[in-house]
Amino acid sequence: MKKQCMVLLVQNNAGVLARVSSLFMQRGFNIDSLTVSSTDNPHVSRITVMTTGDKRSFSQIMKQTAKLEEAKMIFSVEPAFSLLRELLLVKFSTQGQDTQTLRDVVASFGAHVIDESQGCFVAELTECPERIDEFLEAVKPYHMIEMCRSGATALERGHVTYDLN
Amino acid sequence: MILNGSEILIKVLLEQGVDTVFGYPGGAVLNIYDALYKASDKITHYMTAHEQGACHAADGYARATGKTGVVIATSGPGATNLVTGIATAYMDSVPLVAITGNVPTPLIGCDSFQEVYIAGITMPITKHNFVVRKVDDLADIVREAFRIASSGRPGPVLIDIPKDITADKTMYEPAPAVQRQIPAPKLRQIDEIASVINQAERPFIYFGGGVRISEAGDELRELITRADIPAAYSLMAAGVLGYGEKYNLGLIGMHGAYAANAAANRADVMLAIGTRFSDRVALNTQKFGHNAKIIHMDIDPSEINKIIVSDYSLVGDIKEVLTALLPKIKKRDHGEWFAQIEKWKEHNLVPETRDDVLRPHQVIERTCEMAGEDAVYVTDVGQHQMWAAQYLHHCRPRSFLTSGGLGTMGYGYGAAIGAKIACPDVPVIHFTSDGSLHMNLNEICTAVSYKLPVITVIMNNAVLGMVRQWQGAFYDRRFSSSEPERLTNYVKVAEAFGGRGYHCETPSEFEAAMAEALKADGPVWIECMIDREEKVLPMIPAGCTVHDTIFK
Repeated sequence: MKKQCMVLLVQNNAGVLARVSSLFMQRGFNIDSLTVSSTDNPHVSRITVMTTGDKRSFSQIMKQTAKLEEAKMIFSVEPAFSLLRELLLVKFSTQGQDTQTLRDVVASFGAHVIDESQGCFVAELTECPERIDEFLEAVKPYHMIEMCRSGATALERGHVTYDLN
Repeated sequence: MILNGSEILIKVLLEQGVDTVFGYPGGAVLNIYDALYKASDKITHYMTAHEQGACHAADGYARATGKTGVVIATSGPGATNLVTGIATAYMDSVPLVAITGNVPTPLIGCDSFQEVYIAGITMPITKHNFVVRKVDDLADIVREAFRIASSGRPGPVLIDIPKDITADKTMYEPAPAVQRQIPAPKLRQIDEIASVINQAERPFIYFGGGVRISEAGDELRELITRADIPAAYSLMAAGVLGYGEKYNLGLIGMHGAYAANAAANRADVMLAIGTRFSDRVALNTQKFGHNAKIIHMDIDPSEINKIIVSDYSLVGDIKEVLTALLPKIKKRDHGEWFAQIEKWKEHNLVPETRDDVLRPHQVIERTCEMAGEDAVYVTDVGQHQMWAAQYLHHCRPRSFLTSGGLGTMGYGYGAAIGAKIACPDVPVIHFTSDGSLHMNLNEICTAVSYKLPVITVIMNNAVLGMVRQWQGAFYDRRFSSSEPERLTNYVKVAEAFGGRGYHCETPSEFEAAMAEALKADGPVWIECMIDREEKVLPMIPAGCTVHDTIFK
């Protein structure tokens, strides 16, 4: 089982996200994370899906997704050769724990403290999903109040263009 | 010209060459029905007893003609009643445009009377669906729906039109009919594939509905005669090869001919053409065609490697794919292979014929003889469906209409009505059973209203035969809810609706009834009493192989 990333360029229509998620559910494919955003083209949205599965089932879901009328382009992004980023926000208590070593861990991962208030602080980290997992592992000993992460969004390296026509 | 949404809808239907629609009126489609009333000299609307029947009728019309079927229903329950029909069409790749009304735009999302989110409900059972948000978009959406329904691998498309859109006015600009579009074939492996076929010792073809849809019967026949390859068909391709043709091994799969399944198992090269390795054919995905190099050809790229990993593939419309392949195919003679197949054919079941009781094969074969080669045969789902598949002498495509993928009991009557409207000059025979008929027997009123002489042959064994057969074979004869003890008097029911009915217990009674039915000018029911222990045989249980075939 391998982590896979696929990118969909879709028509920016109402309901297109529902179609994609309905299709994954219908065919029994897992979504580990999904992000959707507008692009420089106002008619096109970009959906990035992280999923876990073998090569054959990944190829199958790519082909099924490509059949959606509103899917203009679909491609897989090889995480090792691309830029995958997730945003993590995590809130720690400053009460009753050694916050200095915690702050050192935060700094060592390149995370930033973006808020300090009412006995807690919030760190922000933008990194690839594995690195975010490692960070969360590293801060496990500390008292975390809550966290959220965005799901991955991805670009390929180098000059890659897609002609939607 | 300035028209309202309903008039524009009718104009675009006419652009597409539509002259027949099926449906049922209601509040949200009153404007559309008003426009239909005014256009009744150009479009005939057939009103059924129930929207499900209308949807199956549009499906039957489409399957019998190859044209896109059109069904109209109102919002809420009208729309949800289409769901089984849409899913049936989706599973069997039938081009269908379903038009639903919805509550006016300002009431959407307010749990209004007869409001339902039909676009959400039908997302997984349509190729695509549309909600019309402004009248200016309507004409192009309807055109796009027809394009999508008929293009590539066909299927149903739904258009949901809020009531205010059907009254709003805008400029209508005529456009030509949309054309079926097919993607350019991907033939990268074609030379390798030709060479594999040319070198095969025990080649075998398993073909399906894609051959019928692309009208590639002649190309298929050329391939099998030149390369000397035996072929078997899935339920969706009955009639593409004629009954009795040398190369035609018959139906493949769970209830297929033994020789067809044995050949699939022993083949060294299997060409799967326009078909999808459904679990009623590839009963065991590890072992199906396990001795063969598998060459898969289909228009839908997602079918390649979905169920069975193929060694080679060609993606495209089957007619184009075969046309490209044929010049590379050499003349071969596989005499030894055919001799082996002849031996397997000796195991094909030939049931015993009786003259004191009706046996299923006798009902089917006698019907086939009497109604003739031009007739269209429609089935419901269950034992009678498999008997019809096995014993009809299929000899022309689009003459055997059956719900293969979804297996919809209750499909038959609506579909037969649609087929009769499409093909008024040929007999239309609806094979059904006491189980399936009870699901949608109300559609006899439609056949009466429109004087449609659809002949319904009811195989009455007083039980849910297929369910009961499985319970007998795999559940130690615990016949849970499969022996319903109905007391329906079919003759009286048919007469009460304004049709005619016959009750038959012997072949001679059946013959007399069928002779009368073929002369009738309205619907006729022929009830055939069948022993409840009659089984569909042979049978390969799910997950098993030809070696596990049950013969009795």
